[in-house]
Amino acid sequence: MRRLAAPAAQLGVLIVVIAAWQLATGSGTSPYFLPPSAIVSFMYHQWFDGPASHLWLTSDATGNLLPSLGRMLVGLVIASLIGVAVGVAIGRVRVLAELAEPLVHFGRAIPPPVMVPFFLFLFKIGTPMEAASIAFGVVWPVLLNTIDGARHVHPGQLETARAFRIGPVQRLVRVILPAAAPKIFAGLRLGVAMALILMVVSEFQGATDGIGYEVANAQTTLDMSTIWGAIVFLGLLGVVLNLIFAVAERRALAWQRGSARAE
Amino acid sequence: MTAGARRVCLGAAGVLLAFGLAQFVLWAGGVDQAVFPLPSTVVGSAVDMLGDGSFWTATIQTLTSWVEGLGIAVGLGVLLGLVLGTLPWAESAVRSLVEFLRPIPSVILLPLVLLITQESHESEVVLIAIAALWPVLINAIYGIAEVDPMATQTLRSFGFSPWAIAWRVSLPSAAPFIATGVRIAASVAFVVAVAVELIGTGMDGLGSYLIQEQSGTAGVAPLLAVAALSGLLGLLLNAVLVGADHRVFRWHHLRTAAADAP
Repeated sequence: MRRLAAPAAQLGVLIVVIAAWQLATGSGTSPYFLPPSAIVSFMYHQWFDGPASHLWLTSDATGNLLPSLGRMLVGLVIASLIGVAVGVAIGRVRVLAELAEPLVHFGRAIPPPVMVPFFLFLFKIGTPMEAASIAFGVVWPVLLNTIDGARHVHPGQLETARAFRIGPVQRLVRVILPAAAPKIFAGLRLGVAMALILMVVSEFQGATDGIGYEVANAQTTLDMSTIWGAIVFLGLLGVVLNLIFAVAERRALAWQRGSARAE
Repeated sequence: MTAGARRVCLGAAGVLLAFGLAQFVLWAGGVDQAVFPLPSTVVGSAVDMLGDGSFWTATIQTLTSWVEGLGIAVGLGVLLGLVLGTLPWAESAVRSLVEFLRPIPSVILLPLVLLITQESHESEVVLIAIAALWPVLINAIYGIAEVDPMATQTLRSFGFSPWAIAWRVSLPSAAPFIATGVRIAASVAFVVAVAVELIGTGMDGLGSYLIQEQSGTAGVAPLLAVAALSGLLGLLLNAVLVGADHRVFRWHHLRTAAADAP
C-alpha cells in the first residue's frame, strides 16, 4: 500500500495540473494558451490519424516526425562511434591524453549551435547537415565519459587478461569496453538533451521538413496548435528516450550489478 | 620535469601539432579553401574580429542575457529546491511533472514565448532561465535532502523558525551541491543563449552576429572564427566558475577528497 502511495500522488498531481490548465483555458479566452484537450485532439488528427497500413501515422507525421527522429538516430550513432573510438584511445594511451587534453576541453566548450551555420555551408540544406550538427553536440559528453571510463579500468582485470595472454583486440572488447560501458551510457544520456536542442536549431536554420521546420512555419502563420503540439511531442520524446536508455542500460549492464552483488 | 610542466608542454605540443597537421593537410591536399579554410585563415579572421567593436558588443549582449537568465534560474531553483528538499512528500508528488518538463528542449518554446512577451531580449532570458533551472533545482533538492537532520532538529528544538533553520543550516550545507548545479546550468545557459540568438528573428548577441557573418561575403572562415572564439569564451566562463567554486567551497572539496581517499 505504502509502495503505491508515491506513484498515486504523482499521477494525482499530474491530473490536477492538467485539469486546472483545462479549466483555465477551456473557455478559449487566451490566444496563446490552448487547453490540453485541444492539443491532444490536434496531435491525434495531425499525426496519428492515418491509415492502418502506415501504422496510423498521417502523411504529416511520416513527412516531419520521422525525418527528425531519423536525424536524431544518425547523429547519436555517429557521435557514439567517434566518441567511443577516440575516447578509448585517449583513455588508454597516456601521451595521447596529455597531447589531446586542451583540444578536448576547447572542443567541449564550443556551444554546439554555433557550428550549425558551418555545417549548413558544408552540406547545404538536408539531413546530413542536421545529423552532423547533432553528432557534434553529442560527441563531447560521450568522448569525455569514455576517456574517464577507459582510464579507470580496474588494473587487476587488465593484469588478469595479460596473464592469460589475451590479445589486444579481445582485451578491448572483453575488458576495456565493458568496464567503460556505464560511463559511456551516462555520456549518451547527457547527449540526448543536447541532441534535442540541436535538432530544433538545425531544423530552424536549414531544413525542408522536420519538427523544427514545422514550428518555424507555425511561428510565421501564428499556428498555436502546431506550436503546442510540438512542445508536447518533444516532452514525450524526451521521456521515451530516457526510458529507452534506462532499459538498455539496465540490460547491457545487468552482468555488472550481478558481479557487484557477488563481491 | 614536474608533472605540471609536462602537462603544459605536452598540451601545448598537442595544440600546435593539430594546428600544423590541419594546416599542412589542407594546404598540400589542395582542398577547396572556400569550404575548408586553412587554420591560419580562421585565426586571422578571429584576430580581425577581436579588433572589431561589433564583435565585442555582441559578446556583451550574449553575456548580459546569460547572467540574467542564469540569475533567475539560480534564485528560483534554490527557492524551489529548499521547499522540495525539506518536504519529501511534495518532492515525490511533483517528480513526474519535472520528469516530463525537463527534457523539453527550451528552444522549442521560443515561438510561444516570443508571442507572449513580444520582446526578443526578454524571450531569450526566459528561455535561458527555463533551461538553466533544472540542473540548479535538482542539485538543490539533493543537497537540501542530504542536510544532517540532527542539526536542523537541534535548531528546531531551540525554537528557531523554519526560515532561520533554512538560512543557518540547510542552505550553507547544501551550497557546494548547489554550486555544482550552477556550473552545469551555466554551460547549458550559454548553449541556449547562442541557440536562441541563432534561430530567433530580431535577436542580439553572438548568435545573430554569426547570422550576419553567414550572409556576408567573407565565406566560411568567419563562421569557424566565431565558433573558436565562443569556445574560448566558454572555457573562460567555466574557469571562472570552477575557480570560484574551489575558492569558496575549499573546505567541502578537501573533505570529499579525504572521504574519497582509500
